[in-house]
Amino acid sequence: MRKTVFKGTALPLLLLAPQLVITAIFFLWPAGAAIWQSLLQEDPWGMSSQFVGIRNFTEVLAEPEWRGAAYNTLIFSTAVAVLAMGTALFLAVQADKSIRGANIYRTLLIWPYAVAPAVAAVLWLFLFHPSIGLVGRALNEAGIAWDYKLNGNQAMLLIIVAAAWKQVSYNFIFFLAGLQSIPRAVLEAAAIDGAKPVRRFWTIILPLLSPTAFFLLVVNLVYAFFDTFGVIHALTGGGPGKATETLIYKVYVEGVQNVNLGSSSAQSVILMILVIALTAVQFRFIERKVHY
Amino acid sequence: MRRRFLAQASLAAAAIAATRTRPAAAQAPVEIQFWHGLAQPLGGQLEVIVAAFNASQQGVKVVPSFRGSYPETMVAAIAAFRANAAPHVVQMFEVGTGTMMAAGRAVKPVYELLAEAGVSIDFNDYLPAVRGYYQASDGRQMSMPFNSSTATMFYNKDHFKRAGLDPEMPPKTWEELAEAIKKLKAAGIASPMTTSWPAWVQVEQVSAIHNIPLASLGNGFDGLGATMQVNNPVMVRHMNNLIAWQKDGLFKYGGRDNAADALFPAGEVSLTMASSSLRARLLRESRFAWGTAMLPYYSDVAGAPRNSIIGGASFWALNRGPSGGRNAAEWKGVAEFYRYLSQPEIDAKWHMDTGYVPVRRASYQVAKSQGFYEKNPGTEVAIEQLLRGGETTPNTRGIRLGGYVEIRNIIQEEMEKSFQGQQNGQQAMEAVTQRANTVLRNFERQNRG
Amino acid sequence: MKRAWPHLWLLLGVLIFATPIYITLIGSTHDASTIGRGDVPLLPGSHAVENYTAAWVSGGSGRFAVSPASRMLLNSTIMALCIAVGKIAISLLSAYAVVFFRFPGRMIAFWTIFMTLMLPVEVRIIPTYQVIVSMDLFNSMAGLTIPLIASATATLLFRQFFLTIPDEYVEAAKMDGAGPMRFFRDILLPLSVTNIAALFVILFIYGWNQYLWPLLVVNDRSLETIVVGMAKMIGTGDAQNEWNVIMAMAVLSLLPPVAVVLLMQRWFLKGLTETEK
Repeated sequence: MRKTVFKGTALPLLLLAPQLVITAIFFLWPAGAAIWQSLLQEDPWGMSSQFVGIRNFTEVLAEPEWRGAAYNTLIFSTAVAVLAMGTALFLAVQADKSIRGANIYRTLLIWPYAVAPAVAAVLWLFLFHPSIGLVGRALNEAGIAWDYKLNGNQAMLLIIVAAAWKQVSYNFIFFLAGLQSIPRAVLEAAAIDGAKPVRRFWTIILPLLSPTAFFLLVVNLVYAFFDTFGVIHALTGGGPGKATETLIYKVYVEGVQNVNLGSSSAQSVILMILVIALTAVQFRFIERKVHY
Repeated sequence: MRRRFLAQASLAAAAIAATRTRPAAAQAPVEIQFWHGLAQPLGGQLEVIVAAFNASQQGVKVVPSFRGSYPETMVAAIAAFRANAAPHVVQMFEVGTGTMMAAGRAVKPVYELLAEAGVSIDFNDYLPAVRGYYQASDGRQMSMPFNSSTATMFYNKDHFKRAGLDPEMPPKTWEELAEAIKKLKAAGIASPMTTSWPAWVQVEQVSAIHNIPLASLGNGFDGLGATMQVNNPVMVRHMNNLIAWQKDGLFKYGGRDNAADALFPAGEVSLTMASSSLRARLLRESRFAWGTAMLPYYSDVAGAPRNSIIGGASFWALNRGPSGGRNAAEWKGVAEFYRYLSQPEIDAKWHMDTGYVPVRRASYQVAKSQGFYEKNPGTEVAIEQLLRGGETTPNTRGIRLGGYVEIRNIIQEEMEKSFQGQQNGQQAMEAVTQRANTVLRNFERQNRG
Repeated sequence: MKRAWPHLWLLLGVLIFATPIYITLIGSTHDASTIGRGDVPLLPGSHAVENYTAAWVSGGSGRFAVSPASRMLLNSTIMALCIAVGKIAISLLSAYAVVFFRFPGRMIAFWTIFMTLMLPVEVRIIPTYQVIVSMDLFNSMAGLTIPLIASATATLLFRQFFLTIPDEYVEAAKMDGAGPMRFFRDILLPLSVTNIAALFVILFIYGWNQYLWPLLVVNDRSLETIVVGMAKMIGTGDAQNEWNVIMAMAVLSLLPPVAVVLLMQRWFLKGLTETEK
């Protein structure tokens, strides 16, 4: 903690004002409104509303569709995080080995970071479209019935790949930076001690990478939870059936398409609790394990 | 840094100012905001009609504005209403009718609007299947019918010839169709049949044509307490047929809503069931001879075939917000706009330009007298199908269920699950019934008080 | 041979990463029927100029035509810049206040900001949308950007960085008689340049890539952003779309952010690693 500070109360509050005002109007007020609306039953036009307590919550939690969406979210975010982080770590380790080429590879690998999730989805659509896609057609010609519009597992696979593809570069940047910041002396000392490369990786490199990895885990999960809305919206619309409907997509469908505000708000509140819990757990974990 | 922040703030302020400066309604004419959901080229054709109305008189100026797809337009109108900024007139697709009917004071019913403005429109001349869809159960007109279509079957005559089928004798019944698609498959067509709008065509239309209820209380016309009734033998049998055909490669599921539209003009399938308005696209894209036919029916179902139901949209007049807020001059302006639209010449031209059906008998006569149907064979099929069997029955008037946007998606989802092999027709229709009833009860609860 | 393995793996990675973009790039130089037929070309065709012109000038001519790319690129640029600059500005100020002052309510302010981390726009879309509608910001650039400007991430990163600045800097400034704002301007800002640059890249891309929010808050064609516009062109995804123009649009939509990342790469990476410490 900083020991020397400036005095005054008005100035810091003034400096904080823009951030706090925007936070209050566009974050806290809506969050409060979501909580309030989650306790109401309202017609779409807002002509009549009635306090119903926690009924929206009990109904949402009992809904098989909501549980299905929760399951999809679990599968989807785990798969995206594992695939995106695993691939990135593997590539970063390779790039770190080849000292000379590392920067070139980095340049060649980081650009998907800049591609919007929805655009990434469309790029993969061009590959996997059953009738105009290179891979999609090849699969069909090889006798594998590929149609992500009808096959739920294929649809899920496609959105996982599209979502992970984009996130690998972000993870790669951080893993490579983490690897490069490990002092060469430490590694050389271990090598002199006779530690094999694989052992060196598990006992020295990985622990030193743990702050990066934890940070990335949070980022990847948040990404898979929320930022991938565009992937799903542009590619599958939650279908076929409800095979790719995640929790966040369901909030959208319920609130925006079905104008069922009570239920949608209840789902938003559940998501908020989930995110708060996730963040809290991870920050406690990071505080203990990792020192900045 | 501070300068940058100020620049940012002033930019934002400018943007706010820009949204505030809406074209001010000076003294006269009365300005009528009109939101529609028709993409190009239809949206442009609609705006031409609006411009013609504006030019035809001085008192009223209708300002059209495209608000995205039908569902987007509906959501935008609801949000605007809650913020006291609803448009005067919004184009709402037919599935939103139940939601609009239950909107109470949010909506200004057409009959009331016309009576107050002293404008009369002869709704008795409108096709029963069209006007009935937008009437209260006591026959009072709630919204202004406009662009209406129905589902028809399109078939590829070249494919029919190749399979040894008579290209001038499209299948009339599902039994005949089952034989035809087998022959087409044998002749080398990979997937002979598809459908657009799976819920509208394969569930709603099939129910109407066989005169069986989709939901109780006259498909919801008689009250919010209606329950879904698609778990009936005819629907279950039809679903099982589709599932079996799909498994045998006779039927190809082309996706939700109109995603399958492209398969037929591309020559991938031999026959499709789609909106009659697909015709315009077929004229433009198809490189083969094709024909139009009525939707098939099961010959052993008593009372079949009846009229099909419509799709499309109607115009709803809205209050500004929950506290009302419109004056008589504005309502009068809306009434004048409606009267203009109701003229048979306008309607007939819209019909002939776009492929929607004429909504009035008089406009049908106008088109006939101009020889439109001789010059454009097949265009009459949709109208004949809508008029089939005379007056409509409680099962063929249309659908008046709240939350029907959601229910239609439920139907499509359960069909998709069936086509993935996860359930049979019975299970699918049970699931639809159960899930749709949850939506209906929820809607009933929301709109009771 | 042992040395070659990493290169082989990396080349494979690069190849897999580039495949979708290569297909798109190639596709955008062919005509609609070539793509519609499913003859996926692997070499450039001769229709690049007309496809890109169609995207740039008219936004396509099919049923799912959108605003011209020129318009949408401008909208996206304004939106991304507003979000990036706005976020950096307010986060710098608030991080400065939290780190270099002791005042009542400091922790409350910090936690209030921190909480926004847990309220991404997606979980509060409906009520935020209602706020926007009731403030008459619907269909406006302000409505598009301001709600996205507050963010804990940037504040936390600046806070992290400010905490690493030795106390001696502050003491020296105080001894020189410099006030807090002068310290901020003359010492802190110059020290933060790499962080600002790095955040700028990240936030510009964050802004550019927004999808759900513009989808909801804007339905006025003239405010459409290119990411949403391009996805809208897909429509129902059928084979008869103007895929050639859509592919050109996709390329145009990803060029600016990719260019920002590649051109600002060194700054960006340096900043990132320093913020990470």
